[in-house]
Amino acid sequence: MQFGVFSVSDITRDPVSGETPSEAERIDAIVRIAQKTEEVGLDVFAIGEHHNPPFFSSSPTTLLAHIAATTKRLIVTTATTLITTNDPVRIAEEYAMLQHLSKGRVDLMLGRGNTAPVYPWFGQDIRHGLPLALENYNLLHRLWREDVVDWEGKFRTPLQGFTSVPRPLDDVPPFVWHGSIRTPEIAEQAAFYGNGFFANHIFWPKEHYIRLINFYRQRYAHYGHGSEKQAIVGLGGQAFLARNSQDAKDQFRPYFNEAPVYGHGPKMEDFMEMTPLSVGSPQEVIDKTLTFREYFGDYQRQLWLMDHAGLPLKTVLNQLDLLGEEVVPVLRKELEAKRDPEVPDAPTHASLVKAKYGDTPPRQPRPNANRGDNVTGASPYQDSELEASYPSL
Amino acid sequence: MTTFNLVVVSGGTSDPSSTRLLADRTARRVSALASQREHAVTVKVIDLRELATEITTALVSQLTGPKLTAAITALGEADGIIVSTPVYKAGASGLFTSFFQVLDNDLLIAKPVVLAATAGTARHALVVDGQLRGLFAYMRTATAPTSLFASTEDWSDPALAKRIDRAAFELLLFMESGFAQQVRGESWQSYQHEFGSAGGTEVSIDLDSDLMRLAAGGSATPPPSS
Repeated sequence: MQFGVFSVSDITRDPVSGETPSEAERIDAIVRIAQKTEEVGLDVFAIGEHHNPPFFSSSPTTLLAHIAATTKRLIVTTATTLITTNDPVRIAEEYAMLQHLSKGRVDLMLGRGNTAPVYPWFGQDIRHGLPLALENYNLLHRLWREDVVDWEGKFRTPLQGFTSVPRPLDDVPPFVWHGSIRTPEIAEQAAFYGNGFFANHIFWPKEHYIRLINFYRQRYAHYGHGSEKQAIVGLGGQAFLARNSQDAKDQFRPYFNEAPVYGHGPKMEDFMEMTPLSVGSPQEVIDKTLTFREYFGDYQRQLWLMDHAGLPLKTVLNQLDLLGEEVVPVLRKELEAKRDPEVPDAPTHASLVKAKYGDTPPRQPRPNANRGDNVTGASPYQDSELEASYPSL
Repeated sequence: MTTFNLVVVSGGTSDPSSTRLLADRTARRVSALASQREHAVTVKVIDLRELATEITTALVSQLTGPKLTAAITALGEADGIIVSTPVYKAGASGLFTSFFQVLDNDLLIAKPVVLAATAGTARHALVVDGQLRGLFAYMRTATAPTSLFASTEDWSDPALAKRIDRAAFELLLFMESGFAQQVRGESWQSYQHEFGSAGGTEVSIDLDSDLMRLAAGGSATPPPSS
């Protein structure tokens, strides 16, 4: 079981101090938060991707490369990488590079993005968002698994004899999670490829996610990747902690009341009742988190939203101390004890290398000399018999 | 003998309210007509006044409170629906339209509905057919041809009772015909809908679609504009 935090990268006014951090301050803060995530014993840090203010995270691989370089164990990932407005070729290249630099401590979560104006900024159209996402991933999947790709689709320029470099570390692609809140096609795609499925069940009633996750599990088994309970599931959550319950509520309430998305709406107590938000003592957060397993079955990754709504860095770091010291160790123990022995851990680079190669050394692709481009000459790699194909003239 | 679930949605705000009264009278007529034809009717009432804060919360934050959830469940299980709103400022009440705006688009597909409104003056009579009918067309309900409107003077006019009779009978015939069940059972895939958007009452996921084939590694159909 992996535990971690995810951030949407919002830059929000602190409603208590009245201060809005600068982009520079918030970017420095997120690096510190990620490092702290590792220091307190958590496993995963995830960053969102946005291309409009008030967010800063337009370039997740640059940020994550820096975080990976200043940590030792932490898995860096995304929540989410936009599979619609990013070219899948650039995703293949950038995340493979990040995978090399982080020595395999990377995976990624794909999402569509629901901000309509962003699509035309990147030459896309939100009305085709779903087929675009599905087609783009189909291509990404091949780019990481085939040295030379010929491809033609509906949404992107065709590729002839294209090789995405660098090849994935040890020729084992980063593990992919597909994030969705209401789209069975995305769950189907995750299941088809044997990838992970992440449900950020922050807003909707759990019954909705139970249906979607169960559908993913059934289809995962249908495609022969394992049994339903062996499917790879991740869940979102949100927490604010204090030693005692009332202090947590008092301290968080001003942030809750003015939070982006749900602020100025429900009462915090109602929101806690109806969503995964826990505001309270470590024991209350533990109890609430344990209910997720009862609803959704054994799962592999739990991420919490800890840093949004203008919470100052100092508070977030204190929160992470409490989460790491008092909550996660108990959850690890309790969930481990309850877990079905057939349920696997979330795949890591090490486990994927082991699954592909056993005890033999992994492939280390070495290119042939001086090709200049991808479509002249023969196979791009010394150990490959593959022939590049040529566009007809 | 069949037992029909009839749900009354009232946007009346006083207690008692004439808006609620109009809906109740219609519901009683549906029950009476049903028993003459050897059917039974159970009536559930959703008084929107009690859901007011949850409706506004849902409008601004996507969060569905417990009372709103119960109302959605009741509508999902309804065989027939009577909706009734007061007219304010020449339109249906904001509470009433907000309630239907936060419902999933697909929740009411093919369900029989009687439209009703009350007002202080007969000058608002066209609010029902001119405004409410469009809203329920969007929800793709089977809306009864007779709609109900009662302004102050109508309460003493026997013609109102006649119109209530007509609307009640139309609703009953829709329910008896099994129209909604057949549409939802046999033709659900031909209505535009989203997963989970009928409050979980929708039938299973269609795996035989272009998008599902694309999800499983197939190729996309061309986008409409190209």
